[in-house]
Amino acid sequence: MDSEALKKQIAGWEPTTEFVEEGSQYLNAIVSPPQLKALALKLREDEATHFNFMFSLTCVDYPEHMMMVYHLRSLNHKHEMVLKVKIDDRENPVVDTLCDIWRTAEYLEREVYDLFGVKFNNHPDLRRILLDDDWKGYPLRKDYVDPINIVSY
Amino acid sequence: MEAVKEKSDLKTQEYFVNMGPQHPSTHGVLRLVLGLDGEIITKVEPHIGYIHRSIEKMCEHDNYRQIVHLTDRMDYLSSHMNNEAVCLAVENALEIEVSDRVKVIRTIFSELTRLASHQLWWGVMGMDLGALTAFLYGFRDREMINDIFEETCGARLTMNYNVPGGVMFDLHPNFQQRVKDFVIHFKSKLPEYDLLLSDNVIFRERTVGVGTLSKEDVISYGITGPTARGSGVSCDIRKLHPYSAYDRVEFKEILMEDGDSFSRYKARILEMWESLHIIEQLIDNIPEGDIQAPTKALIKLPKGEFFQSVETARGELGVYIVSEGGKSPYRMKFRSPGFSNLFVLEHMAKGSKIADLVAMMSTIDLVVPDIDR
Repeated sequence: MDSEALKKQIAGWEPTTEFVEEGSQYLNAIVSPPQLKALALKLREDEATHFNFMFSLTCVDYPEHMMMVYHLRSLNHKHEMVLKVKIDDRENPVVDTLCDIWRTAEYLEREVYDLFGVKFNNHPDLRRILLDDDWKGYPLRKDYVDPINIVSY
Repeated sequence: MEAVKEKSDLKTQEYFVNMGPQHPSTHGVLRLVLGLDGEIITKVEPHIGYIHRSIEKMCEHDNYRQIVHLTDRMDYLSSHMNNEAVCLAVENALEIEVSDRVKVIRTIFSELTRLASHQLWWGVMGMDLGALTAFLYGFRDREMINDIFEETCGARLTMNYNVPGGVMFDLHPNFQQRVKDFVIHFKSKLPEYDLLLSDNVIFRERTVGVGTLSKEDVISYGITGPTARGSGVSCDIRKLHPYSAYDRVEFKEILMEDGDSFSRYKARILEMWESLHIIEQLIDNIPEGDIQAPTKALIKLPKGEFFQSVETARGELGVYIVSEGGKSPYRMKFRSPGFSNLFVLEHMAKGSKIADLVAMMSTIDLVVPDIDR
């Protein structure tokens, strides 16, 4: 499926999806947190899209919002796309877990929770993964201040 | 197990054992908390982060030339491919076309690095399963590759040979001859690997049918590299999105059927033959040309998002750059193959014996700095 066909398919499922193609080699589909789970499930299950492989899951911290970024690939159809979730509440970001759709998401989500503080609904084991359990704050956030470990210059 | 329990009226109780952080077969600082019932594994909980250096945060302060050398320290056995991933991402973002010479040099170096990594893995796997000779054989051959690297770029492991736009130095005059000598040498030695381990009855007993992974699990857990191809999942980035000179060489993607430890082992052994085949095709036809395309001293990427994948010795390494137009990335993420591959371990090991866990871990081929970043 090329970008245009994908766009049509996704817009049919979720009409409010925002599409961005500029400045990225993939089709970017941006949705809001409540729409994520249903759309992800459709992208995974539908024969035409069949995005069965998640090759990256991460988060980007912008001044006004947070953006969850899911890179998806279909090993059968060899097409790729980026699914994004815009979270407006930077203080208390919450989004549904996708670990029952792609198992790899369970640990990648733990990493995002650890470094960005995004909470995942229904996650089976949401704990810090790289840092100590008693670590204060979320280091990959732009407003994180750590005078001992990070030297600013 | 159940039968024994009934017969003797003995009650067993689940208990926990720490494997690591300094266990030799974890190959680095990885701690596994094992839940055990007798010697049957009921739970595997990897604890990572002992060597987390926050490379992604450091990237946000460094410029793109500096970032390249940080990637050496992730998967140090695939250092050349890690460098290449960042360089390709930067070159694609700036639309720099590198010369054919650079493409071929990078491909030869990548395949030599892959061979060196697989040789080390093979030696260490033998050692994990109690065959120390394998370790010595593997390191004997790996030494020749490291010598070739040292002659051209001065370093043996963390080479930092790639720069955005090309490679740092031209090839040493001896390079071609030494690589050809190595190919001839290793072609005669690789069958020894089979004689020593692959056909060894003890080795087979410990790997065949151990730690079987189905295709569905491999895809769902996001596993890549020889670990996935051992279960027959086609995921080779060199075939899917050919980069450097991989579109002009002929090689097979090794796919095995069974998905057990032995298949994963065999996939890597056969991959070494393919790497030799790739090197043979390129070594006599290294085109003339510049080794570096002109770039600015301080590289600034345009605003946008860039993703570049390469196939390292362990699987797919992805570099995700979010640029706001500055000299440093706004956000940089490394999709490391080891991270996804590690967490299948619980699924793989549940219900098997504790001694088999070592064989499973060896065939996943973990490098811990790659997981922790």
